[in-house]
Amino acid sequence: MALRGLEMARYLPLIARFVAQNLKSRLAYPADFWTGLASDLVHQAANLVFILVVFQHAPSLHGWRREEVVFIYGYFLVPFAVFHATAANLWDFADRYVVRGEFDRVLTRPLPSLLQVFLETMELESLLGAVTGVAAMAWAGRALGLDWRLADLAIFPVLVAGGVAIYYGIFIALAAVAFWTDSRTGLIPLLWNLNAYGRYPVDIYSRRLRFVFTWVLPLAFVGFFPAAYFLRRGAWGWYAALTPAVGALVLAFGVAVWSAGVRRYRGAGS
Amino acid sequence: MAAYLEMMRIRFLAMLAYRVNYYSGVVIYVVYIGSYYFIWQAVYAGRAALGGLTAAQMTTYLAVAWMSRAFWFNNLDREISNEIRDGTVAVQFIRPYNYLVAKLAGALGEGLFRLAFFAAPGLAAAALVFPVRFPSDARLWVVFAAATLLAFAVNSLFNVIAGLVAFFTLNNTGILHTKRVLVDLFSGLFLPLGFYPAWAQDAPRWLPFQAISYLPSLVFTGALRGPELWRALAVQAFWIAVLAVAAAWLWRRAGRRLVVQGG
Repeated sequence: MALRGLEMARYLPLIARFVAQNLKSRLAYPADFWTGLASDLVHQAANLVFILVVFQHAPSLHGWRREEVVFIYGYFLVPFAVFHATAANLWDFADRYVVRGEFDRVLTRPLPSLLQVFLETMELESLLGAVTGVAAMAWAGRALGLDWRLADLAIFPVLVAGGVAIYYGIFIALAAVAFWTDSRTGLIPLLWNLNAYGRYPVDIYSRRLRFVFTWVLPLAFVGFFPAAYFLRRGAWGWYAALTPAVGALVLAFGVAVWSAGVRRYRGAGS
Repeated sequence: MAAYLEMMRIRFLAMLAYRVNYYSGVVIYVVYIGSYYFIWQAVYAGRAALGGLTAAQMTTYLAVAWMSRAFWFNNLDREISNEIRDGTVAVQFIRPYNYLVAKLAGALGEGLFRLAFFAAPGLAAAALVFPVRFPSDARLWVVFAAATLLAFAVNSLFNVIAGLVAFFTLNNTGILHTKRVLVDLFSGLFLPLGFYPAWAQDAPRWLPFQAISYLPSLVFTGALRGPELWRALAVQAFWIAVLAVAAAWLWRRAGRRLVVQGG
């Protein structure tokens, strides 16, 4: 593990180069860059409007107040933005790398294949979502009179990292399915739509779904449980302590599936 | 006329090749409907009616609104602005048919395909998972079918206009994006218009977007009765007339302005 850390440190300058290159190529088309930014913002605004409108008709959702639900959504946006900005390439990995054979090129280079795939396309403008998220959290936190502790400053990035790791693990595993079958499985858009389940209090779902989103597809650890910790909602908040472990586990699973897939990869032929 | 029908048929057949993609699409939509279903359940929490809909009607509304989207949704806006931009539209001027009608016919063929392989099985699947209530009155089915067809016309004409406007302004993505946001917000797909606060309800009622999703879905839930049904259809027909005139006018203007390079 220590060796791994050293190796990663060696890659840092390379990663910085990739990021700089990426930003340059994104900014070469400023119109696309700005519309991308604007559409992200509009999307987040629409989700917030949805929450606000819903609460015009109900004083609470299963005992959760409007500000609490806004807070959960705001928190969720932070790990989600980090994931979205850095893992954009997993979305059409099957098409671009396996079907068209670009993965051959990746394998000839002295950098872990997964890292290369992550670095080759990034949508760093999506990080703006984290700003929206923090703003929503700040607004809701003030309205609720949340007491922030100093330790929270350290806990926050750890929980966010855990959430990002869960997303990484799930989507790496799904992208790696392409090594076994090159037909469109539609799994990635499916999981994408499941996002909506991770940003509301899990107790609004049926018992079965609650179990699934906690222990099978642990999306509740991405947004809801950590947010519940900061909201000091005792029982649910305790789950947040498991977030880093769950993240490490899911990420390890994703990487294992990936490695097995890479060993199986035979190239696109011709 | 026969030529347009043929275009419709060809597009339908072309889509058949991709039918496997649509099976996972059904699951995706059901999952998506589910995420909203639970939220609405929590919102209603035993209350009889909100925003003019009962909890049961809300579930039905969600399912039918999303599944009908598979029918009325199309990418005519992008297709048209791209064809104008890259010049392929020049060939269309010399062909013995009306370009816009041909485009609409193709889109209808695609829509009918998705109706048969996506929307209909999707609604059945959604009904298996969630308590969706189908209208028991046969006449309601007829009105709903008409309203859905009209919704297709409103949305497609709107796409045609957006595609042509994008051509005039040279800012493709901006215009098309704005259009999509407007449709999402004001068509009632995400939120039935009755749920907006009173001050925000008036604007959408004077806009064409409600004709795309809100009105047909309301018909299906049974929330509209007697003359209200006819009024909904009339509102849709009115917007179709307005949009059709606008589209035809824009198309004539575009024809005069078009400069195709090379040859």
